[in-house]
Amino acid sequence: MSLASVYLNRDYITQSAPAEPNAKASPNYLNHAYGWQSWLLTIDHKRIGLLYMLSVTGFFLIGMAAAGMVRYDLLKPSGMLEADIYNRMFSAHGIVMTFFFLIPAIPGIFGNFFIPLMVGARDLAFPKLNLASWYIYMIGGAFGIWAILNGGIDTGWTLYPPYSSKSAATNVAPVAVSIFITGFSSILTGLNIVVTVHRMRAPGMTWMRLPLFVWAIYATSLIQLLSTPVLAVTVVFLGVERLTGVGIFDPALQGDPVLFQHMFWFYSHPAVYIMILPAMGVINEVLTCFSRKNIFGYSAVVFSTLGIAFAGFIVWGHHMFLAGEGYYPALIFSFLSFFVAVPSAVKVFNWTATLYKGSITFSAPMIYAVGFIILFMIGGLTGLFLSNLGSDIHLHDTYFVVAHFHYVMVGGMVLGYFAGLHYWWPKITGRMYNEWWAKFSAITIMVGFSFTFLPQFYLGYLGMPRRYASYAPEFQDLNVLSSAGSTVLAVGYIMPLFYLIHSLFFGKIATSNPWGATGLEWQTPSPPSPHNFDKTPIVTCGPYEYSLTPEEAKAMAQAGGKH
Amino acid sequence: MIFAQIPLPTPRASSQGAEIDDIILATTLVTGLAFVLVTAVLITFCFLYRRRSEDERTPRILGSTVIEIIWTTIPFLIFIAFFVWGIKIFQVHLTPPDDAMEINVVGKQWMWKVQHPEGEREINSLHIPVNRAIKINLTSEDVIHDFGIPAFRNKIDAVPGRTMSTWYYPTEVGVYHIFCDQYCGQGHSAMVGKVYVMEQKDYEEWSKAHAEGSLALEGRKLFLKLQCISCHSNNSGARAPVLEEIYKKRVPLQGGGEVIADDSYIRESILYPLKKVHEGWQPIMPSFLGQVSEDDLVKVIAYIKSLRRGDIPVRTEQFYPPIGAPTQRTEVQSPKTNTENSAPKESVPKNTPKESAPKGGK
Ligand code: HEC
Ligand SMILES: [Cu+2]
Ligand SMILES: [Cu+2]
Repeated sequence: MSLASVYLNRDYITQSAPAEPNAKASPNYLNHAYGWQSWLLTIDHKRIGLLYMLSVTGFFLIGMAAAGMVRYDLLKPSGMLEADIYNRMFSAHGIVMTFFFLIPAIPGIFGNFFIPLMVGARDLAFPKLNLASWYIYMIGGAFGIWAILNGGIDTGWTLYPPYSSKSAATNVAPVAVSIFITGFSSILTGLNIVVTVHRMRAPGMTWMRLPLFVWAIYATSLIQLLSTPVLAVTVVFLGVERLTGVGIFDPALQGDPVLFQHMFWFYSHPAVYIMILPAMGVINEVLTCFSRKNIFGYSAVVFSTLGIAFAGFIVWGHHMFLAGEGYYPALIFSFLSFFVAVPSAVKVFNWTATLYKGSITFSAPMIYAVGFIILFMIGGLTGLFLSNLGSDIHLHDTYFVVAHFHYVMVGGMVLGYFAGLHYWWPKITGRMYNEWWAKFSAITIMVGFSFTFLPQFYLGYLGMPRRYASYAPEFQDLNVLSSAGSTVLAVGYIMPLFYLIHSLFFGKIATSNPWGATGLEWQTPSPPSPHNFDKTPIVTCGPYEYSLTPEEAKAMAQAGGKH
Repeated sequence: MIFAQIPLPTPRASSQGAEIDDIILATTLVTGLAFVLVTAVLITFCFLYRRRSEDERTPRILGSTVIEIIWTTIPFLIFIAFFVWGIKIFQVHLTPPDDAMEINVVGKQWMWKVQHPEGEREINSLHIPVNRAIKINLTSEDVIHDFGIPAFRNKIDAVPGRTMSTWYYPTEVGVYHIFCDQYCGQGHSAMVGKVYVMEQKDYEEWSKAHAEGSLALEGRKLFLKLQCISCHSNNSGARAPVLEEIYKKRVPLQGGGEVIADDSYIRESILYPLKKVHEGWQPIMPSFLGQVSEDDLVKVIAYIKSLRRGDIPVRTEQFYPPIGAPTQRTEVQSPKTNTENSAPKESVPKNTPKESAPKGGK
């Protein structure tokens, strides 16, 4: 696609369009400095984004290996592994994936890399703090992995006491410490992004002209700032009880185990939105770009994002309907959980409506994005079974729950992550990947994913409980199907590793704006120069004016700049 | 009961189960419909509006407040309907009727201990009568567990330090799974059991046989006191047949023929053990003629008749060693019979010793 066929619409472009052929001549953020110090001591948000990408990918592969062991065990009703090993595997999978992959991935990689570019800033507000966040994350992560490899932990990622505080003979305290440390990275990244979005927007970049990805990361950062401290307190309490025997959660010591669940989910439910909101943000960028349309209902999407971020804080009790939280709390939490489903539904409707009368092309990011909408919808809709006090009685703590949250986390967050990765890859690396392989891996992931998790909904209805190392023989067929699907899924996940790395060396050189997108990040060369913008851009219209030609956009801006 | 006609893929045996299946099915239909509709529109758009030429223009559509309001309100109203329906079911789940029969269940790593109103106890099994409200009072001795019976569409957490309760109204006679649904450590997946829903009269019979102070229970005491357990134990390598579930079964006899193990055969075996010898076993059982009173004999027989799989204790359980003694008890010394009796083992129904705590979830 040539740049000429694209309707550019920002003043910035018309003022100082980047000289495409010369872009390579001036140094970019990748080649302006060499040596390990230039990476490990960098304060460039783009390089830090890449550091996150490397480490997040590493953690993802570890989490995947543990998931592979889980699916392997479940091939046979009596289990292929010792129960002890199995319990360590599903715990490792949950802990690594949640704390070291799902939560930091999109904010850490794309948030870091693109928030400054998208708001027209030279870096995040606190570049050194940003580097510190990465180091804290790595220390926490390394500590966690050490604890997992060195004896492991068998409490599940939920760490429920009194099992975790007195019964489990495994590395609960080290893992608690690792979660505690990693939490600070999350808080500091959130702080950095919030300040950046408030203080460092380019002239003309009003709140209602922010790209929706920025809104999503902004909302996510608010959640991280407000909820992560609660997690920190919770794991500290847990560690204190475990190490000193002071009773907080253990009823044998006058503690209350349900208190832990309240505290844990007060963080961990919002954490679900820390994971999914950024992915939703990516989808907005990709859908508008590949359908050449304005987002349908920009403000509805913004308010649903903020609505989700806020409402996410008041539904934590839906994890404890059957844990004795009481009748009235259960009522309220059930109601609020239905309530929080509304903005998610609104988003899906808005995305669908965005495609209306578009001019749609199916490049790899778009395939991921459409896949995201469909799979996320299944994830969201099946949540309604669990927010419902009636059906939850039967489905709670069964494989139905496992399938539901994997649809949200994998079908949602991971597909959103891949959509963003393929969308921004040319910008990040300056290279194009092989489109055919990218599409093929997208399809493989979706097929493998569906075979893995659709059977689990049904297993859950049949009554198979979560976290079982061995199970009743009648559940075997569906489990084998699920394990078979997971191997396909794994193949789908591994493929990008190859064709993306291949593209680094052999890929076509990317133009500054291969998709003809409107975002400010595309107005820089690919890869961007070390300081992002030579000249501070001036923004005169909303983020998704795909329907206007640059002249029309300019005329409209002069007429009063309504977005 | 709206969807009562639909054949079920998994057993359902309680009255509340029907309600819950209804709401699950209704939610499936409504969310399924929503999913199909939105996906159909999405895919139609993808197809209809695919790019046809390079310089295609698109209309500048920014949104519509009216449409936003419509598609915010409609899901919300549907959600409210399901929410209210859910409350009704949940209320029922939490409020047992006053006349319900109360059964106490205690979760413990990794077993379910059940105690019935008349004092009957069982482990990892729950015998209950059909068509009668059963209230479960649940707690835990150690960590959090969850007492779930999928066929009843019921579960509730067992939280240490609290008594939780729920109830069922079983409607179908049968045997169903009990699962622990809350992760509780190594043996979590082995913390399973069976619930036996029985006809009222079968339940009464079962209950009588297991009640505190019942004939069978007295018989159990005698069985231990008279040292029957020294041969008829659940230990591997025991020197006599395990007597579980022997009642009304065929017993092959030495020298050919067989006999049905009815009351009179059991009585005869105790008083005149050499008359009919169980094929493959040594005739080492002493006669108890004159040593047991008739009263006691009735009790012992009642006990033997009541025996189900796993009921016969392991020997060490009965003879507690003095404090300070090594805990591993060895067999009572009787060298002669020991060697002679290793042979006939395979001809007996295989009764491996039951352990109270399953190991490793296998
Ligand atoms: C010294 C070991 C020993 C003792 C003590 C003993 N039994 Fe036996 N018993 C056996 C053996 C061996 C058999 C199988 C051979 C036979 O049928 O005589 C048997 C058979 C039986 C049978 C018939 C079961 C069958 O499968 O045919 C019954 C009933 C029985 N015993 C009851 C008792 C009772 C009740 C006591 C205690 C009052 C008792 N036994 C004490 C060794 C013993
Ligand atoms: Cu939640
Ligand atoms: Cu359990």
